[in-house]
Amino acid sequence: MIFDPPVMALLLASAFSTVIVALGAVFGVHVLLHWNLADGHARQIRMEKRTYLVSTALMLVMVLQLATLVLFVHNADRMAVLFTGAMCAVGTLNVNEYGMPAFLIQVAVFFGAALWLIVNAADNMGRDYPYTRFKYGLLVLLAPLVIAGGVLEWLYFLNLDPNVITSCCSKLFTPENAGIQADLSSADPKLALYALFGGLALLMGLAVWAMRARAGAAAYGIAGSLFFIVAIVAIISAVSSYIYETPNHHCPFCILKPQYGFIGYFLYLPLFLASAIALGIGVLSLWPLPDSLRDRLPMRLHHLVLVSAGLFAIFGAVALYAILASHLIMFG
Amino acid sequence: MRHWLARQRYLVDFTLAALLRRKGRNLMLLFIYTLVIFILASVIFFGSALRHEAKAVLKGAPEVTVQNLVMGRHAMAPPEWVEKLKKVRGARRIEGRLWGYFYDKANGANYTVMVPSRYDRKNALKDGETIIGAGLARVRDVRRIGHLFLLSPKGKLMKLKVKRILPETSELVSADLVLMSRGDFLRFFDLPENGGYTDIAMQVRNRNEVAKIVEKISKMLPTARVITREDVLRTYENVFSWREGVVLAMLSAALVAFAIFAFDKASGLSAEERREIGILKAVGWETSDILAMKLWEGGLVSLFAFIFGVAAAYAHVFLFDAGVLAPVLKGWSVLYPQFSLTPQVDRLQLATLAFVTVIPFTAATLVPIWKAAITDPDVVMR
Repeated sequence: MIFDPPVMALLLASAFSTVIVALGAVFGVHVLLHWNLADGHARQIRMEKRTYLVSTALMLVMVLQLATLVLFVHNADRMAVLFTGAMCAVGTLNVNEYGMPAFLIQVAVFFGAALWLIVNAADNMGRDYPYTRFKYGLLVLLAPLVIAGGVLEWLYFLNLDPNVITSCCSKLFTPENAGIQADLSSADPKLALYALFGGLALLMGLAVWAMRARAGAAAYGIAGSLFFIVAIVAIISAVSSYIYETPNHHCPFCILKPQYGFIGYFLYLPLFLASAIALGIGVLSLWPLPDSLRDRLPMRLHHLVLVSAGLFAIFGAVALYAILASHLIMFG
Repeated sequence: MRHWLARQRYLVDFTLAALLRRKGRNLMLLFIYTLVIFILASVIFFGSALRHEAKAVLKGAPEVTVQNLVMGRHAMAPPEWVEKLKKVRGARRIEGRLWGYFYDKANGANYTVMVPSRYDRKNALKDGETIIGAGLARVRDVRRIGHLFLLSPKGKLMKLKVKRILPETSELVSADLVLMSRGDFLRFFDLPENGGYTDIAMQVRNRNEVAKIVEKISKMLPTARVITREDVLRTYENVFSWREGVVLAMLSAALVAFAIFAFDKASGLSAEERREIGILKAVGWETSDILAMKLWEGGLVSLFAFIFGVAAAYAHVFLFDAGVLAPVLKGWSVLYPQFSLTPQVDRLQLATLAFVTVIPFTAATLVPIWKAAITDPDVVMR
């Protein structure tokens, strides 16, 4: 089923990303082995020139990866009409065994790419490119993931068989069943909501602390990254039920559908971006502060904390709105 | 943040001015880029508008249709099936339908001849009357004559008074339609009174029960073929997506050619441009600034080409009915419906389009841009 325009677009994007990341990783190994700014050797000069190309190309790829994730999910949702039994993206992703892994790796790549972009931006701020080694080390780690994601995506789309009867989300995300989706759905909604809003309040407190001290930024980064998991559990176990106005439906993908006003995008986009930025903040503030960035990096971290906390606040507001606007009463 | 924004703004300012300084060359690139986007966007818009149209048409179709199969071929469904099917719980408005195709030797067109549904009060007909589609009315000049003359397959002439012509808005489904009463239909095709039905249609009150009802019917009538509206919808979706995809895949050759063209344009820097980069570097620009400027250049060209291309494609498909592409994507026939497509553009299409055009362009220009940016000032100014 690759003769489908959005699928072709996704495959083109993944082919492009895979090639560039693979080449970039090879270069990254060279950097890890030979990078030495003090060296005046021709190889070092060549390498310094080449980093411009590789960084630019990777920057484009990473931005592309962020966009691909959204397009991938949106497309899976649209294709649900093509498969018997599928009602939303879950069904489409479950048509063959490659769909779900492809999606999960895409999510991982999203975070990796965002982290890479943040480190890259910080690296470009310093005169001596303090994070170059770290950046390319990260790339070498990220490359297998991007390549695996690309390969899985190809396998997934090549093996899409419209005759397969797939499982609907309401079958997977049910507390009665076995499996991780079912476990997530059966989390106690009350506890999940406490964790969600308590976690948000904690994050706001940490954001204020992060403005004062570097340790605060580190704590904020770690807490913000972990909060992502809390938020996903809360969405599956409680918030989604409020949106569907039925206590039995827990699917985290159906909320992306038009009949729910695309509210899922308003929940997920701020959440994903905020968590990714928090991850970047955490990594940058745990890594020793380079001399060349002594003045500028803390400023940059403040900005990032502000943006991230703002996005978390938007996420919280949307979740709260979804709960308050719902006619479902789960407690009391 | 403010600093960063200001920097980007100055870069854009500078880039725009630089682009305008080399008008001829950049307009050429813009024109070809726009053309490529125009063609691809036309295909995508047209395909999805057709899918949308098919969906709208099928909204009124029965949820389940039952056909009889004999030796794997379609055969008339026996009348007693209707009674049997009435026992299926959840199904309602069970009705045997009579319809068929008729090849008119006079003009080489195929008509769909049909007996209107019992529930369709508006189109109820007496013997000797007919209601026809607008396409057919045009071909047979019915508006002037007021009657429709048909030569039956057995060679008997039938004269039908045209009661009404169906509105042109429904032409996509009704262009070739001839509605006649049951009696006329049986006489016209020389069918026995109790010969059964072409197929049996039914409505299902609760859509979630469709699968169960299909299962029950297949058990009750093993020789029957049961078709659901979802099946038809899925087939349409597949067929049109596939056609659209194949056309796009063929156009990928054009895309490759365009990428080569863009690569060539970007790598063939004029002496003047080289000097410009050299001077910029000499006055303190860094490699990353030049890169940013060049990326902005590509981004701006892409943006303008995208806007122009999409706007032109929109006009082509929705205002001029896709004259260039229609035969490939719609299919064709003598009595082809004339219809205007409902404008239908969604984010997914635009994202798809952006992916398939901007990625090749960026990929092709990346290395030349970098090569230009790392040039040392002394090399070019010597």
